Amino acid sequence: MFAYLVKRVFQAIAVMFVISLIAFAIQGNLGDPLRELVGQSVSEEVRQQLREELGLNDSFLQQYLRFAGNALQGDLGTSYFFKEPALDVILKKLPATLELVFGATLIIIGLSVPLGVYTAIKPNALLSKIIMGLSIVGISIPVFLTAILMIFVFSVELGWLPSFGRGDIVPVWGYWETNFLTADGWAHIILPSIALASIMLPLFVRLIRAEMMEVLQSEYVRYATAKGIRPWRIYFVHALKNTLLPVITVGGVQIGTMVAYTILTETVFQWPGMGFMFLEAVNRVDTPLIVAYLIVVGFIFVVTNTIVDLIYGLVNPTVNIARMGA
Amino acid sequence: MSLLSVRDLTVKFAMRDQTVTALNSISFDLAKGERLGIVGESGAGKSITGFSLMNLLSRPGYIDSGQILFDGQDVVQMSEKALRSVRGNRMAMIFQDPMVTLNPVLTIGQQMVETLRAHRKLSVEEARQIAIVKLREVYIPSPEERLEQYPHELSGGMRQRIIIAIALLLDPQLIIADEPTTALDVTIQADIMELMLELCQSNQVGLILITHDLGVVSQMTERTLVMYAGRIIESGSTRSIINDPQHPYTQGLINALPQQTLPGHQLRQIPGNMPTLAQVPPGCAFNPRCEFATDTCRSQIPKISQYGDVEVACHEVHRLQTEPAREEEQA
Repeated sequence: MFAYLVKRVFQAIAVMFVISLIAFAIQGNLGDPLRELVGQSVSEEVRQQLREELGLNDSFLQQYLRFAGNALQGDLGTSYFFKEPALDVILKKLPATLELVFGATLIIIGLSVPLGVYTAIKPNALLSKIIMGLSIVGISIPVFLTAILMIFVFSVELGWLPSFGRGDIVPVWGYWETNFLTADGWAHIILPSIALASIMLPLFVRLIRAEMMEVLQSEYVRYATAKGIRPWRIYFVHALKNTLLPVITVGGVQIGTMVAYTILTETVFQWPGMGFMFLEAVNRVDTPLIVAYLIVVGFIFVVTNTIVDLIYGLVNPTVNIARMGA
Repeated sequence: MSLLSVRDLTVKFAMRDQTVTALNSISFDLAKGERLGIVGESGAGKSITGFSLMNLLSRPGYIDSGQILFDGQDVVQMSEKALRSVRGNRMAMIFQDPMVTLNPVLTIGQQMVETLRAHRKLSVEEARQIAIVKLREVYIPSPEERLEQYPHELSGGMRQRIIIAIALLLDPQLIIADEPTTALDVTIQADIMELMLELCQSNQVGLILITHDLGVVSQMTERTLVMYAGRIIESGSTRSIINDPQHPYTQGLINALPQQTLPGHQLRQIPGNMPTLAQVPPGCAFNPRCEFATDTCRSQIPKISQYGDVEVACHEVHRLQTEPAREEEQA
């Protein structure tokens, strides 16, 4: 177990190194930071002096090593716009995004398993065909369009749910304020969560359906039938567990992807998370914040994937984490 | 009354562009505690017969017509619920490949306990105790520990023993074993067969053994059916079929055994291949491969008739008897 963990951590570090390199390389190509800092009225002499002070004249390698050294100490640079550490800016926005992703994940898990299983068991039923048809529609429509349509229907026409912001939020710990403790908070998170889930949910329904149909063809399912086991037990004990193994792997990657998808959802719903923040940072050419965002999202990606691999090992008895390593 | 009575069983497969007949009106009986072998080449319909007996055919196969009377009740007409109470309980099945038969994510214990609890009102602990007893019967060492293990932790031979133990869990009247040793090492095959024979005899369980191995059939069974292209072409006591086969196909099968050829000589084989289900020739399905085929064989399907100690479906069976010189000619 320990050897496996160490191995995974080393892999994670390697991935983070590459991400940081790419993120840092982008920095040099996003315009002149001095223009953002000092504006038009400063003389060329002063500019050169500032460049020297900021280390912008050093070689790429020197600059990267300085950046990486600072990053390891938790310093990802200072946002030009907010005039405070970029990591702090992101951490303040992070809980809103994570809650949104969490809400979408709940919807995806809660719906994809029953829908996927049903369409696999009854592939020819009318309802299955409707679900599969809708899933194609869901995959095809971009998130921002789904979001705008939902705002139009549920906020503008029906007036059931609010269309923007987080509503009443309750502080929990540190920067973390939650939507899940007030009715108003719940009302505000519903539409953005559905919008965010709208792409992934059909994908997961189709994935679970395809896996399940394959598992139902397997010899051990036929054998279970030959033993006289009840259908529900065959579906949910024999087949579902085998179905979910590959789904877990894909799911881990998709949760990471969803963090990135929040950029669209948060923008449409004016959700004060880091996706919305990222878009603003791009508009303001707030380079340190953009770089910090890329690194934080990369980090979340790496962490979720590592956790998912560990869970996979726990669920699948043929993978023995305790004995894995080297 | 016989335990199992199959009458005119016809199984078809609905393919995209046509419907093919996999089993063509087969009939046979099995007495209580009797051991029956079904032999034939791949594609003869042996396994389909086995699965049909449990009404376990999966699409696109289906039972088109006929009766399968098990203990007086027709399996073909049974409701799903009635079928469930028969499957694994009064009629158990041993599958071909033990590596893929057990569910990889459930422990041996879970898979045994669920079988018992599907048919009897038992607590988990009671079911475990029965499972341990049955594992001992199939000579599994330290059965308590095996219950906690997953299939991948056990060898193929061990898994097949466990599958035999599962088949015996509810003291069935009939076990259908579909090539139970094909996927195993040769050294283990004999052990498994011996174990099955011993258990069937001591528990008075009927056995239908599906195999292509005539040697196994001669050791294990009292009666034998020979199948070809979805039909039974010869049946009778195993002794008669092995020692005095009547159908040219059965003769060919026995001559093809390596034991029938002197060392250093080329193995004898039946020329050609079994026809695919979509291309069964008219008349006797074996006629293109048969050296005795006549025009009658090429146009009329032979009926089953009693000949000597066996029932055989062959137009030329009388002529074969008067031309016993065949063996010498070839040698």
